[in-house]
Amino acid sequence: MVYDAGHYDVIVIGAGHAGCEAGVASARMGAKTLMLTLNLDMIAFMPCNPSLGGPAKGIVVREIDALGGVMAKVIDKTYIQMRMLNTGKGPAVRALRAQADKPLYIREMKKTLENEENLTLRQGMVDSLIIEDGVCKGVLTETHAAYHADTVIITTGTFMRGKVLMGDLEYESGPNNQRPSIKLSENLEELGFDITRFKTGTPPRVNSHTIDYSKTEIQPGDEIPQGFSYETTEFITDQIPCWLTYTNEFTHQIINDNLGLSAMYSGMKRGTGPRYCPSIEDKIVRFNDKPRHQVFLEPEGRETEEVYVQGLSTSLPESVQHEMIKTVPGLENAEIMRAGYAIEYDAIVPTQLWPTLETKKIPGLFTAGQINGTSGYEEAAAQGMMAGINAASKVLGKDSLILDRSQAYIGVLIDDLVTKGTNEPYRLLTSRAEYRLLLRHDNADLRLTETGYKLGLIPDERYQKYVEKNRLVEQEKKRLEKIIIKAEENVQAMLQEADATPLKDAVRASDLLKRPEITYTMLEKVIEPDHTLPLVVKEQVEIQIKYEGYIKKANEQVERMLKMEDKKIPDNIDYDDISGIATEAREKLKKVRPLSVGQASRISGVNPSDVSILLIYIEQGKIARIAN
Amino acid sequence: METDTITAISTPIGEGAIAIVRLSGPEAIRIADELFRGKDLRSADSHTIHYGKIIDPETNEVAEEVMISVMRGPKTFTREDVVEINCHGGMVAVNRVLEIILSKGARLAEPGEFTKRAFLNGRIDLSQAEAVMDLIRAKTDKAMSVALKQMDGRLSSLISRLRQELLETVAHVEVNIDYPEYDDVEEMSHEMMRKKTKEVHNEIEQLLEVAKQGKILREGLATAIIGRPNVGKSSLMNTLVQENKAIVTEVAGTTRDIIEEYVNVRGVPLKLVDTAGIRDTEDIVEKIGVERSRKVLTESDLILFVLNNNEVLSDEDIKLFEAVSGLEYIVIINKTDLPNKLNLEKVRELAEGNPVIATALINEAGVDELEAAIAQTFFAGEIDTGDLTYVSNVRHIQLLKQAKKALEDAMASLEMSMPLDIIQIDVTRTWEFLGEIIGDTASDSLIDQLFSQFCLGK
Repeated sequence: MVYDAGHYDVIVIGAGHAGCEAGVASARMGAKTLMLTLNLDMIAFMPCNPSLGGPAKGIVVREIDALGGVMAKVIDKTYIQMRMLNTGKGPAVRALRAQADKPLYIREMKKTLENEENLTLRQGMVDSLIIEDGVCKGVLTETHAAYHADTVIITTGTFMRGKVLMGDLEYESGPNNQRPSIKLSENLEELGFDITRFKTGTPPRVNSHTIDYSKTEIQPGDEIPQGFSYETTEFITDQIPCWLTYTNEFTHQIINDNLGLSAMYSGMKRGTGPRYCPSIEDKIVRFNDKPRHQVFLEPEGRETEEVYVQGLSTSLPESVQHEMIKTVPGLENAEIMRAGYAIEYDAIVPTQLWPTLETKKIPGLFTAGQINGTSGYEEAAAQGMMAGINAASKVLGKDSLILDRSQAYIGVLIDDLVTKGTNEPYRLLTSRAEYRLLLRHDNADLRLTETGYKLGLIPDERYQKYVEKNRLVEQEKKRLEKIIIKAEENVQAMLQEADATPLKDAVRASDLLKRPEITYTMLEKVIEPDHTLPLVVKEQVEIQIKYEGYIKKANEQVERMLKMEDKKIPDNIDYDDISGIATEAREKLKKVRPLSVGQASRISGVNPSDVSILLIYIEQGKIARIAN
Repeated sequence: METDTITAISTPIGEGAIAIVRLSGPEAIRIADELFRGKDLRSADSHTIHYGKIIDPETNEVAEEVMISVMRGPKTFTREDVVEINCHGGMVAVNRVLEIILSKGARLAEPGEFTKRAFLNGRIDLSQAEAVMDLIRAKTDKAMSVALKQMDGRLSSLISRLRQELLETVAHVEVNIDYPEYDDVEEMSHEMMRKKTKEVHNEIEQLLEVAKQGKILREGLATAIIGRPNVGKSSLMNTLVQENKAIVTEVAGTTRDIIEEYVNVRGVPLKLVDTAGIRDTEDIVEKIGVERSRKVLTESDLILFVLNNNEVLSDEDIKLFEAVSGLEYIVIINKTDLPNKLNLEKVRELAEGNPVIATALINEAGVDELEAAIAQTFFAGEIDTGDLTYVSNVRHIQLLKQAKKALEDAMASLEMSMPLDIIQIDVTRTWEFLGEIIGDTASDSLIDQLFSQFCLGK
């Protein structure tokens, strides 16, 4: 018998990385929020690699933080190692990466959720959605509880009709032998959603005591650790290293000999796997001339001996995994604690979503995370955040939030998904962003704090700090523009030391800083330094001045792009009524239903002439309205 | 209101004695004034016309004598400031004028863009909107298909190769960024980048250099008419010229004795060259011998080989067949109004699969078929136009110049030792400009390249 389990503003199904951000964002915005998860001990579990961040993804974690999300703070409290990557490159591509303590991350995230006002955390399996007049009104659980709500966010990750595969072993399961979500997936199919099948995989974990680290290379964390969150002030200094080793011809021989036994190569898999996260079988088949592949040994936490063998993702039979592992230097005697496996799961074709992540088919229903065809904890969290914000906004009668491609990697991610769709699990890469010089790791707060504050996700105190930082940056930039540096001895000495051309005439300090080889620190030696300035301000000033020309060029491009984004497409547009649009473009437009001419122009198959025609059609409508 | 200034040749190429280059937009008058020697156009009254000269800023030489109309918005077709430059010097000069305008900051108009602006600025009323959309579609399709068809296969493959090289370079930079710990690939260095950008820059410069000398399409396909005396060569030339309103022009830099006739046959510009004395009754082979005539013929892009239906195949005809063997030619069997004496089967055999068209030029019979055959030969890409085909259209040249400029920006950043991921922005732009030339703007290529070139992932 179904019983009434109460009413909420927002229900979040799932408590993975997407679910956690969705629940917290929604609750903090003031919406009464319920989170339902299959297993309260697995909140924010990392079923794959024990790390967060890296290029593009690390910037996303910062963006989530700038909007008021939780991922950054939780990892800052629990990491075992932190590194800044790409330090030798330009500022746009620098990014933090943390090695996570998996069990600790779960505990910390659970604590965060439990202490959140407005947020109810409950264990339960959702079987179906409650749909009234085509609108999502709640969920039904397997225990016959009917939870009513104004909006529902599905963040079920890889659980939907999940199937674990290892050699000839195949069973229905979520990641790490958790219960799969079968009925909900069937329910979505019944409701008319297009479902696709994706796969991903994970490598074996071995016992640290059985690794001979002397045969591997150490990969330590940074000496000066940093944090993801702009609020983190205390950093963990007691770091644990990772280790690097390699596969070799013996490893490859074993894999080749047993390829037919791999679940992925025996022909029983249907799902599409990501190219950027290949199994070791894939690597050996596709790049058979490579003599070796990197294998990183990554501890899964401080209190566990399990070590993640990054690089050996596989669906070979367990017996072959034992054999294969032993060929890798340092792992000759390694004991596998958990074998690697592949997992196949249902995902929603993401072009069925509005850029708010609400489904077009069923108002009130949102989806976020791996269910939308992405891969990665950060990508999931970002979507969860946005779905949470937009679901709550809908209930609270606020404007929805859509970030554009020049504002955030989050904007790039969601725009790509809902506009282009994806035919493999989607991962963010820096090359997906057209304006990556603007989407930097160092300026995520400058880009998004204001937005987070307006949503009520950023507390006053933090907002004031941001305002102050901004003020200091502008003030220091102006100061440097006014300071004239003369060709004096100390200046020439500084330049000589930096291997830079000496000065002929006096220059502005800001112009000297534009030289690639001159840093702010060097500049401080020859001008009156401002000791009160925080390091982050100096960094910001240096980047903004040094790359001014490039940033300006990017901003000009953004302006052009935004002009097209501003040309909104009326939601009642009838594409069949527009003569002249090519058939392929018409079909795509009808499916994607872009909100703006800009979005329309990014759909593959929609050509510039189609965009012109669309533009004229819309203008025509406007003129007609004025005429009436 | 659009913010940039657009330009295009607004008369069909080669179809009139006067060609008009039109500019529209806020900078139209400024641009025209800068390259015009004559009245100060900035102070000119609206709707006035002025005589003067267009000066090539590169050489400071007169590029063309023109009449310029200045029309200030909103009382213009587009409701923007419009300038129309009336040129009379044939295709070479018109294209040169267009190029100069582009170099001054105007953008080449997209198909139907003047009309689109007219509409968006409220110049055209609602009932015409449908027609505008159809027009854009039609013009775009035609322009696209012509542009693609007109592009030489070698240009396209050269551009594709340059793009592939740039793409591999960019992918290399990207792999260093997105997979900083991936140790299988050498870290891209400034030195490697310098070498690659220099190579590609050289190639683009060479292309532009060739474009400068380029003749085909800006001047037309060099077309020779051959045949024995009295087969109807002169009639053929006259027919083509009359039918197609030939532009007779003196080409700058050539001796005035050589008259070239330009005709536009169904969109194919032909340059009928009167070199070996087509109008003479003398036979070219007889005059200069098979070897030499072959050499002359090899320089032609297309040969129109005329035979007389009323005479039997002669040794001279056979010699001519030898001379054109392997070249691109069309056999014209003229005088079909007279009784047939020519062995048609033998002619077809000798023609090696080239088109054979029957005409009676005296009453213009078969001219349509001939023109269709010329167009067919050209658009099917069968004509080997040598290096001259390279970058024949202004749009291609413009895009090449933009590509070159972007690459130079990258090279300047390289010299300043900017980080590679910054330099890469301009290298990617170069790649995009080159892509526009061959109509390939898919943005997913980089990611595809990344994962096919490198073995990435955990």
